[in-house]
Amino acid sequence: MITRAEEINEKIAWQDLTTGCEIYEPGTSRLTKTGEWRVRTPEWIEEKCKQCLLCAPFCPDSSIPVKDGKRGEFDYEHCKGCGICIKACPFNAISWKES
Amino acid sequence: MAYNLKEEMNKEERFHSGHRLCAGCGAGIVCRAMMRAVDPDDKAVICNATGCLEVSSFQYPYTAWEDSYIHTAFENASATASGVEAAYKVMQRKGVIPEDRHVKILAIGGDGGTYDIGFQSLSGAFERGHDFTYFCYDNNAYMNTGTQRSSATPRFASATTTPSGVESVGKKQVQKDLTQIMVAHGSPYVAQTTLFGTMKDFHEKAHRAIYTEGPTFVNVLTPCPRGWQYPADELIDICKAAIDTCIWPLYEVVNGEYRLTYEPKKKLPVEEFMSKQGRFKHCFKPGNEWTIEAAQEYVDRKWEDLLNKCK
Amino acid sequence: MSIRERMSGNEAIATAMRQIDPDVFAMFPITPSTEIPQYFAQYVADGKVNTEFICVESEHSSLSACLGAEAAGCRAVTATSSAGLSYMNEVLYVAGSLRLPVVLAVACRALTGPININHDYSDSLAARDSGFIQLYAENNQEVYDNYLMAHRIAEHPDVRLPLMVCEDGFITSHAIENIELEEDAQVKAFVGEYHPEHYLLKEENPLAVGPYGVSGYYMEARVAQAQAMINAKQVILDVAADFAKTFGRSYGFFESYRMEDAEIAMVIMGSSAGTAKACVDALRAEGVKAGLVKLRVFRPFPGEELAAALQHCKAVAIMDKSEGFSSMGGPLFAETAGAVLNLEHHPRMIDIVYGLGGRDFTVEAARSVYGRLAGIAAGGDLGPVYTHMGQREK
Repeated sequence: MITRAEEINEKIAWQDLTTGCEIYEPGTSRLTKTGEWRVRTPEWIEEKCKQCLLCAPFCPDSSIPVKDGKRGEFDYEHCKGCGICIKACPFNAISWKES
Repeated sequence: MAYNLKEEMNKEERFHSGHRLCAGCGAGIVCRAMMRAVDPDDKAVICNATGCLEVSSFQYPYTAWEDSYIHTAFENASATASGVEAAYKVMQRKGVIPEDRHVKILAIGGDGGTYDIGFQSLSGAFERGHDFTYFCYDNNAYMNTGTQRSSATPRFASATTTPSGVESVGKKQVQKDLTQIMVAHGSPYVAQTTLFGTMKDFHEKAHRAIYTEGPTFVNVLTPCPRGWQYPADELIDICKAAIDTCIWPLYEVVNGEYRLTYEPKKKLPVEEFMSKQGRFKHCFKPGNEWTIEAAQEYVDRKWEDLLNKCK
Repeated sequence: MSIRERMSGNEAIATAMRQIDPDVFAMFPITPSTEIPQYFAQYVADGKVNTEFICVESEHSSLSACLGAEAAGCRAVTATSSAGLSYMNEVLYVAGSLRLPVVLAVACRALTGPININHDYSDSLAARDSGFIQLYAENNQEVYDNYLMAHRIAEHPDVRLPLMVCEDGFITSHAIENIELEEDAQVKAFVGEYHPEHYLLKEENPLAVGPYGVSGYYMEARVAQAQAMINAKQVILDVAADFAKTFGRSYGFFESYRMEDAEIAMVIMGSSAGTAKACVDALRAEGVKAGLVKLRVFRPFPGEELAAALQHCKAVAIMDKSEGFSSMGGPLFAETAGAVLNLEHHPRMIDIVYGLGGRDFTVEAARSVYGRLAGIAAGGDLGPVYTHMGQREK
């Protein structure tokens, strides 16, 4: 049986699946790079950002990392480009990237 | 303790990226906030009804959850949670789990899995008084199967089973008032909230619900960009319109006592909510003005009722 | 030391449950299984068990609650009958695929309609492909013994499958018979404690249960589950061997009754076997080489072993106590026919659907079946393969 999600894929044999398709680790979804879905890309304009963090809780994809009370660069591996954060920002510190 | 957004956002994430919910789905925001409301030292078990969230947040071998999670079927999240809660109690009693180890049991389902098919098990679990919190992410229709009407779909909304047409102005019936039905169960804590501002309203209600002993219920109006037909980035505007029109009033009921948690400075007309969404587009066609009047009349009556209850 | 007692099948199951002291019992009433949770509720009220006993609002929820409890790390049990088992149906499949070893007692009863509370196997055999192991019993002693073995079979790491302990509604569930019970401490020692490796409430790491499985995994997951059912065969025999060593009563997949040189035989399940055995004895006294196979384990179906037991017979009647509406016989017939298919010489076989909704099965009725088999064995016409017995007709 292969128990680590990163080693489980659609090539492994039935004998290697976890019993009942259980998973024994947290947050293995991070292995799925949903950033590939993105059509438009939000851009963080750091100099305009007041670090109010109003954007952070509204990201459905946990892609606005916050550390020590400050947001950092978008996690573009997972950001799906919904744009909710752009509207959440009262300071125009997030905008759509020119394509 | 006063709500502090910075502190909340400093918490370790407990609903992770890489789930497969649509871009802009409100359910992702709900799950993150729900998990922030569990104190960092406490663990949780999430019991999820079948639906968008389930197929998106645990697709083998990828779970978006930091905590333990179980999905068994569509209509039984509350029954499954009842079993988990019974297990927790007996394991504590038998000393398998130390008394001071706190595990919070949460159930979550969409409106289909809560208002409709899951209602029997929800009602049963509340009557029995299990110590758990049920979160409904109410997106007003069966979204996982493609926007079929549910008992949570508001009147006049076009759904794929109540489409508007020459003979139809969308769904004929008003939304079932599940929040009040849950109050009628005698639950010690029932609340309605949605996604706006600093998420303070959501957080405080979720935390109070999770840390009140007994079965508690939080109903979250959760926009779905595909089903409601609006551009995904407008989620907060739509939630704000829902509360400012009083279509989705924010209140909590603690041991039967109603308390309004938000009163709009100026109550906006229902058009402010309806006009932002394609599902109500037909209501704005010449000849259908009466639908807006009827919707307004209903909202006004419900709002008055609620204000009376909150007095 | 065994304890000689007199009690019904329902009380025997409830007694076994009390001795095992499961962590969670989620109940919902339905005739004729209701007595099981009633007896158990009294044990709870009298402090004889440490079980979390929850009275849920439906059978769908009783099994769902069991799944939650079992996944959380507990031994969970429930009981039902008939429509209750049908209402659980969706969750039965979930239990099997999640590999959660819940033990479910079934007092087998007819399905509607017309609505009927009496015995047949419409309910349990309709659930035969749900992924549950199924054990059947002739009398209350066998029901009790099957229950004592149930958890060990279901929870075995090579198996991890839910299990139904089936008894005949009213006939076994309510009729009071002599029984040998085992001492509480010995039962506890035999059954052992339940310590799953992974469970929802485990502190060290989370457990995620019940994913969406895309086509890239579904087939593999089903094959793994099918293998677990195959593995269950050996585990059932191993547990039975230990049971025989511990308590002195022996069980296999089925009981062969006077089959050594039998030319004609019946394959039958449950309490009817007692009636049929009386007929076999009478026929043997008359010099007729009659025998009987009483099936104990329907899932996993012991096909090879059953075929070997039947291969020397000339004619065999499969006694189906449920109607499958297939137009060509009941489920036991289909399974048995499949099992003998690859024998070089297999007996000629007929299916008889009998006893539906509590219709009596008598020694005389059994004799008529053997009479027909004797005709076939002597080279006569097979006649219709699929017939009903015991109904009034023109």
